[in-house]
Amino acid sequence: MTAWQSGGRIRWGWFLLATAILLLLPLVADTHTPTVLLIWALFALSLGMMWGYAGLLSFGHSAYFGLGAYTYAVAVINMGESTAPLLLAMMVPAIAAAVIGAMMFYGRISDVYMGVITLVVTLILFNFMSATAGDAYVIGNARLGGFNGIPGFQTLNVPGYPEISLFGLPTYYVCAVALLLCYLVCRWILARSFGRVLVGIRENEARCELMGYNVSAYKTAIFAVSAAMAGLAGCLFANWAEIVTPRMFSLGQAAEVLIWVIVGGLGTLIGPILGAIALGFVKLLLGEQTVIDNSLVLGALLIIVVLGIPRGVVPTLQRAWASIGRQSHQRHSKAGTARRRLGASPGEHE
Amino acid sequence: MSDVVTTHELTMRFGGVIAVDAVNFSLRERELRCLIGPNGAGKSTFFKCLTGQYPLDHENGRVLIRGTDVTGWNTHRIVQLGIGIKMQVPSVMDGLSVRENLWLSARRIHGWPGADGAVEEVAAELRLGDILGRLVGELSHGRRQMVEIGIVLVQNPWLVLLDEPAAGMTGNEVERLIGVIHRINQTASVIVVDHDMEFVRMLESQVTVFHQGSILVEGPAHQVLNDATVREVYVGNRAR
Repeated sequence: MTAWQSGGRIRWGWFLLATAILLLLPLVADTHTPTVLLIWALFALSLGMMWGYAGLLSFGHSAYFGLGAYTYAVAVINMGESTAPLLLAMMVPAIAAAVIGAMMFYGRISDVYMGVITLVVTLILFNFMSATAGDAYVIGNARLGGFNGIPGFQTLNVPGYPEISLFGLPTYYVCAVALLLCYLVCRWILARSFGRVLVGIRENEARCELMGYNVSAYKTAIFAVSAAMAGLAGCLFANWAEIVTPRMFSLGQAAEVLIWVIVGGLGTLIGPILGAIALGFVKLLLGEQTVIDNSLVLGALLIIVVLGIPRGVVPTLQRAWASIGRQSHQRHSKAGTARRRLGASPGEHE
Repeated sequence: MSDVVTTHELTMRFGGVIAVDAVNFSLRERELRCLIGPNGAGKSTFFKCLTGQYPLDHENGRVLIRGTDVTGWNTHRIVQLGIGIKMQVPSVMDGLSVRENLWLSARRIHGWPGADGAVEEVAAELRLGDILGRLVGELSHGRRQMVEIGIVLVQNPWLVLLDEPAAGMTGNEVERLIGVIHRINQTASVIVVDHDMEFVRMLESQVTVFHQGSILVEGPAHQVLNDATVREVYVGNRAR
């Protein structure tokens, strides 16, 4: 199955099952941990869409995650109501990515340099935000707070009702809906011409240019869409953690999302989601002990997966499943042929 | 008939090496022209200058297509004028099927509804119908060449630029390709870049011979290919 055939297809049975699980999970478990796992899944989905389908690897996708979080915090402190800040948390990273992307893609920057530039952008933001502790770094009523970040801002509220804050279970459902909607948006994009051209660009950028497609415009557009989703994830993370800090721009955060996507599986949407949920859960478990460093375990897992199943877990399972299906089909075909022969010429059999 | 492609003093340097040296070239409507020359003669560099694959400015001379100055234009803008380009090494999308390769090209011109019909038409003409569902990466070199030609044709271009289209093809495939090129030439102007004298002879076209970045001689194939200077350039170069 090619990327076109799989990319735009929604397996509604699995989608409804996932929706049901997300809906019913709060009945059997506390929602605090699942909420952050869903946020990380959304963050991984944003990178997986861009990297897996358009072939654009951003080493510093945490820049847009952090920008979304900071934009929300600063905006909600100044506005007092969360609807506009939530939208701004998607728009500001998208605009930033569109500007940076246009400079890179229209400037014919190659893949390696793109990786370096995206990494540098997030490092600049990390260092800048870490150095904003002074009184000079104030936007309206919001102090950027340097390395300590911005704590204590208003969390999401029911649109138009700032006095009705969403926290705990409602936040979980907001995150679940955000993830499901973004997943559907990605599938919708992949089913359209735009998504097909993106896959074409991943396969052979020069050929797409020779077909007359403005490759730079397509790459800039998907970079901005991906950044908007990362910004939304950052905004939701800010609501979950009730604080934003420069650590959201850190190299650790940038590396983690890459690992989630690689382990889950490039070229799929469900792979990055499951990779983030599984490895995020492992990270939280490991965070409760002090025997071994978290990053060491995640690094070891990455090495094992890259060496053992370089395509990632989900594509490997999909291939295995398809292979089993083919073998089963062949066995049935052979058995059917043998039965027909036996039925058609009993004399020969005798 | 008016000129489809004109170059004025087109020049391309790589460091101290002059790959294309002040070339003045013109191609008329519905003309089939072969650009030939030994390796390093500058014909592929000239081809890439025409197609926007090397960034140009007016210090490099000028390229006009149907009177429009396209010097410095990006490749996709030049293609959008109605030009089809096939590269020397098959430039196809290995991870997609033949149908998907053709469809992606067809969609830009024919839109979503018309793309399927255009794909079927070109696949029938190039005898790709039985492999439409196959991954391009699984095909032989000759078939990949044919897929790329299909990608070009499905956009109904009025100017077709083919860089070594017969490379790696079998005898039968080359014969079919010649038929296809002549069919294209009924509705479009065609430039074929090649160094295979036999293939060029079979095309029976006008020929421009490149040598050391400049045009050495131009004329009908039978005349140019029997020219003593041309033979010396070829044989001498090969002997070295």
